[in-house]
Amino acid sequence: MPEQLAFALEVTANGLMAGVLYALVALGFVLIYKASGIFNYAQGVMALFAALTLAGIMDGQVPFSHLINAIFGTDIHYFGWNVPAFMAILLTMVVMIALAYAVQRLVFRHLVGQEPIILFMATIGLAYFLEGVGDLMWGSDIKSMDVGLPQGINMWIDETTFETLGYGFFIDNLDIVASIVAALLVIGLVMFAQYTKQGRAMRAVADDHQAALSVGVSLNFIWILVWSLAGFVALVAGIMWGTKSGVQFSLSLIALKALPVLMLGGFTSIPGAIVGGLIIGVGEKLFEFLIGAPFLGGATENWFAYMLALIFLVFRPQGLFGEKIIERV
Amino acid sequence: MLDATAKPDAQVENLLEVNNIEVIYNSVILVLKGVSLNVPKGGITALLGGNGAGKTTTLKAISNLLHSERGEVTKGSIKYRNEAVHKSDPADMVKRGVVQVMEGRHCFEHLTIEENLLTGAYTRTDGKAATARDLEMVYEYFPRLRERRKSQAGYTSGGEQQMCAIGRALMSRPEMILLDEPSMGLAPQLVEQIFEIVKSVNEKEGVTFLLAEQNTNVALRFAHYGYILESGRVVMDGPAADLRENQDVKEFYLGMSDEGRKSFRDVRSYRRRKRWLS
Repeated sequence: MPEQLAFALEVTANGLMAGVLYALVALGFVLIYKASGIFNYAQGVMALFAALTLAGIMDGQVPFSHLINAIFGTDIHYFGWNVPAFMAILLTMVVMIALAYAVQRLVFRHLVGQEPIILFMATIGLAYFLEGVGDLMWGSDIKSMDVGLPQGINMWIDETTFETLGYGFFIDNLDIVASIVAALLVIGLVMFAQYTKQGRAMRAVADDHQAALSVGVSLNFIWILVWSLAGFVALVAGIMWGTKSGVQFSLSLIALKALPVLMLGGFTSIPGAIVGGLIIGVGEKLFEFLIGAPFLGGATENWFAYMLALIFLVFRPQGLFGEKIIERV
Repeated sequence: MLDATAKPDAQVENLLEVNNIEVIYNSVILVLKGVSLNVPKGGITALLGGNGAGKTTTLKAISNLLHSERGEVTKGSIKYRNEAVHKSDPADMVKRGVVQVMEGRHCFEHLTIEENLLTGAYTRTDGKAATARDLEMVYEYFPRLRERRKSQAGYTSGGEQQMCAIGRALMSRPEMILLDEPSMGLAPQLVEQIFEIVKSVNEKEGVTFLLAEQNTNVALRFAHYGYILESGRVVMDGPAADLRENQDVKEFYLGMSDEGRKSFRDVRSYRRRKRWLS
């Protein structure tokens, strides 16, 4: 097999893995958008916040230590213990649920029935607020995260591909784990939405707020539920990205990469977010490899996704899997 | 269940009592200017009147759906089983047994008919078996829904959606259904069919109905008692049979008079029987 083709295959595989991470962020967007019509700009920051919190708890950092020290003239930074990963993840989830509750209680409950653009602006405010709080709570230094996920080249794939294709693929173990987790997450979410009472209520709320109210569904509860789920997805995304590239504030920018994924997959489809993520991931890597690097001087990864999204918007505005807008004529 | 000539007086228990309520939207728009009505247990009570008379607002005040539309009951009281309920919330009302079927059906478009019906049982806590039994009951009343159970509600016809909405309300095992404009946009034959079903649900399941309807003719044939609303006030009420025979009702709402059909323009303005103090 020619070296070039094998290399292209490896690029594709890596693209798939990158796509999974995009998809994880996009998933959080879809959940909230579907149930409340809110386009949550803060989803990326939520992933950052979750990752910061997790890393902070694991290191035994004292939250708001800078603030506390400034006010009381003390000099405390660490509790001096390390929390095991599993416990820390649970604690972080509790924090994310509390966040969901606070967001609903303090912000969106007062904005029920407002224009979508107002809700969107509120989420932008929320994004920067959350970024500030994250900074204040855990400090702005880059943290490393290690929750015990396997990392580094997968030797088995490397050896197998070397034997069969004569070219060893470099695929990170972490990416494989991320893919499996993402797949499980999606299956779990779809099952929840399709087959449970609360999931059905969630979809009902997404369809028609008023009607959902009229049959006795509590919008408040469903929205807290949805924000908690989005918080959970953000936590998973935060763990994956954080492990891959360290917990730093640029993490919140991955939210912007989720936008083209959403346009491709459709704002309302959970499987769409995944497939959209994969297409963007593979697309940008392959495009860079086949056309970008040889002909366009490289760095096409920065804009390729948005171009693709633009083309999609023109020809299929609801995305690949977006819910068809049901119109009876 | 009730005789069409019976008055809702002391002999029949009043399930719902609305006392002189005033409703204001957005803190400025006065929509109801003192509406009072009683709904006797086990009856079908009709709320009649033209566009903008306040029928829907009255129903939403009862079901507490007003809040989500920035409306508020500012005066008066609403009592269900002698408990004040105008400051509760829709979920609480459903649990108490009052469920509203909104104007324009409002089915969950992307859910299948069966999922729509199951969502109606959201507040129930009596287990899956009971829910399944009631699902069967709804399918008995609406065989058409059984045929379409796997279709997305958005793709069903207007009549099927209306059936779905009523069926969904029934799934909460209500004591009382607030039915808003069931005839809207439906062919006369279907309207007849839906009202027949309402009647049999009323008789067999003992569900009390308060229905708002513009189609005065049909409503008065199926209801036991009627209230007529005009710009936010009750201007007339009485047993359905009496209202049907009333000259003014005939003239204004049924389009009939002694001199044959008349243009609405020629109708003399109506002497309002105000009930502000009732």
